[in-house]
Amino acid sequence: PEQSQAIVIYTGWERHALVGSDVRLSCSFFSWRWTSEDVSFSWTYRPDGSRDTISIFHYTRGVPYLDNKGPFKDRLEFVGNPGRRDGSILIKNLDLSDNGTFTCDAKNPPDIVGRPSSVRLLVFENPIQAGVITGAIIGVVLGLLVLIVVIYYLMRFLVARRVFSLSVKHGKKKKEGSQQRQGPVPPADPSKVKAATSEKKKQESRKDKK
Amino acid sequence: MLLLLLGIIFLHLAALVLLFVSTIVSSNIYYTLTHHHYRSVTDSPPPLFFFSLAEWIQAVQAVMILSIIFSCLSLFLFFCQLFTLQKGGRFFLTGTFQILASLFVMSGAIIYTVMSPEWVLGTYSFGYSYILAWVAFPLALISGLIYVILRKRE
Repeated sequence: PEQSQAIVIYTGWERHALVGSDVRLSCSFFSWRWTSEDVSFSWTYRPDGSRDTISIFHYTRGVPYLDNKGPFKDRLEFVGNPGRRDGSILIKNLDLSDNGTFTCDAKNPPDIVGRPSSVRLLVFENPIQAGVITGAIIGVVLGLLVLIVVIYYLMRFLVARRVFSLSVKHGKKKKEGSQQRQGPVPPADPSKVKAATSEKKKQESRKDKK
Repeated sequence: MLLLLLGIIFLHLAALVLLFVSTIVSSNIYYTLTHHHYRSVTDSPPPLFFFSLAEWIQAVQAVMILSIIFSCLSLFLFFCQLFTLQKGGRFFLTGTFQILASLFVMSGAIIYTVMSPEWVLGTYSFGYSYILAWVAFPLALISGLIYVILRKRE
């Protein structure tokens, strides 16, 4: 039997991805010998916080075997090129439960002594852009404030206009009638209009009483 | 009389300054909070999009900024009403804005208190900006109430 030498396996250190996206976990190895026909790749998965490791992928003798029962059923794809020492897999449609450690073990007979390499997968929720919610809340509150101010002044303006038209009617009637009258109220100062409004109301109520 | 005026303005400014410091410093704490959480899970620096993950942090930011805006508006309105109000009138508008500012600070501090234990691993003492917010809240509230009660004299 040939003497086996060490094989060095490389994977990434960590992979980040968003929920729903695909991620490629790459695995390669270094070995002094030519790539054997019996080269094999194995991927195992250990979820975050769990002690159990399950096998999810195995490539041997030219045939890739994908997980068809476990958590990655129908989501795994072999995208590697074993002839080029590439044992990469593709995981599709990631979920938060896919957080964990993926370990790749490659063997290039007779070089089988090697330490499997692990890559950590971190899956994140799709984040809301920083500040969108902040801006929305501030915008809504300030918008409401501006709206209230606008409505307030609009009401005052409408009341002033009504007072103006009323006083014009009054003025015309009084021209025909007696002499004591007030000229049409100039549509200027709201505070003066307020005073004029209350005065007009008082006058009207006095007239009604009479 | 002048003493009273200065006292009221000083109280208002004290609350405003506390709000400013609390808001500005707490933006650093948001970073630390998420960074701290992430660091205890892995050893690498968190990816950039991680910081915007928490919606409640953004809500706290918004509410703190709103409290500053309303407190500044209240101060501005105070000076406006000081010169335009009739004798014996009350500073209702000024007081309303200041009280609203204090309510905003209160809601910000409450949201922070309720939500942060979910995010913080292990022991993590609340930073001083959190304490400043809880001090600014009664100050602003009292200041607003004084405005509502106060009557203008000549």
